Amino acid sequence: MTQTSPVAYDSKIEGNVIFTRVDAAINWMRSNSLWPMPMGLACCAIELMAASSSRFDISRFGSEVMRFSPRQSDVMIVAGTVTYKMAYAVKRIWDQMPEPKWCIAMGACASSGGMYRSYAVLQGIDHLLPVDVYVSGCPPRPEALLDGLMKLQKKIMREPSVEDQKRSLIESL
Amino acid sequence: MSADSSLPQTAAEAASKVREQFAEAVVAGTSFRGEETLALQLDAVAKVSKFCRDALGFDYLVDISSLDHFGQDPRFELVYELYAMETGVHLRLKALIPGDIDPVGPSVVDLWPTADWHEREIYDMMGIRFEGHPNLTRILMWEGYPFYPLRKDFPLEGKPSEVAEVAFTAAAPMAGGPFVTVPTDGITNVREPRARRAGDEPPRGKFLTES
Repeated sequence: MTQTSPVAYDSKIEGNVIFTRVDAAINWMRSNSLWPMPMGLACCAIELMAASSSRFDISRFGSEVMRFSPRQSDVMIVAGTVTYKMAYAVKRIWDQMPEPKWCIAMGACASSGGMYRSYAVLQGIDHLLPVDVYVSGCPPRPEALLDGLMKLQKKIMREPSVEDQKRSLIESL
Repeated sequence: MSADSSLPQTAAEAASKVREQFAEAVVAGTSFRGEETLALQLDAVAKVSKFCRDALGFDYLVDISSLDHFGQDPRFELVYELYAMETGVHLRLKALIPGDIDPVGPSVVDLWPTADWHEREIYDMMGIRFEGHPNLTRILMWEGYPFYPLRKDFPLEGKPSEVAEVAFTAAAPMAGGPFVTVPTDGITNVREPRARRAGDEPPRGKFLTES
């Protein structure tokens, strides 16, 4: 019996091999398992809860794992009115999230202060954090949040992730 | 149904008992649709309150609120809402605070422990201190915030401030506002929030002809 040894390519795995760029593969993995940090501060948090419940089911987009520890989260969903008293607490939680991280400003208050043109309310969380996606609404319906999440996934798919994080390595080569 | 018959059964009865006992302390009194309001000398608030609680059965302090009569002297006023659980009688006490710089009122925490947070809120929002309060610190804003936001001379959009590593504030962009709705029987675009200021033409006559 003659033994054939695969030289470079095994016919058994033919059709199961995909060629891609590392960036694309990493982005694909990241964008489809975005673990949210639910920064629920007001009524938007109720819609955020609805988005993770069975009717709207955020797990269809890979984001069902709500982490109440910032160290295990990828995307902070700022859902609600950020008062000045809370502002630095939100910032501190954001700072504890490991890179790469993204931020969704959910609703009018988190995006711009909303109806609270007031001495007590931060006029948009983007004064403290870099926001990737703004979701309009007061509060936004769960569909709107899911749409924002899908927009964020599309945004992540365009990121040069390897280049961004291993810039010094690339330069040394 | 075991109501103590020695307690006043109506607000008017309670008010007249206070007047009898503290004739010199009651400055004025009004009666409106069964609600009794007594205006007191500030230094009599503590003893009148004690009398109301012990002799008249006002065991529940519903609320303390404060008013800023900006531009008038005296400027600040305290309002106490008392309620008697057993008889269901409600009585309102008021007292003007002389002097508009560093206003001070008497604390009633020793009579009603619930006054603790009410007085802290008034101190926080209006800047009225309460003598004898066990822990007079800010309750909504943070320690070090330099303003009293509910005073009439405090702007709606706020003022910038900074307490390092605690909190900061900035003035909110008003964008031509404040935007307010007005009570009118006009159509939706008459009612909707618009930039309106004191002295603007009232919307009723003006907008109703358009709708």
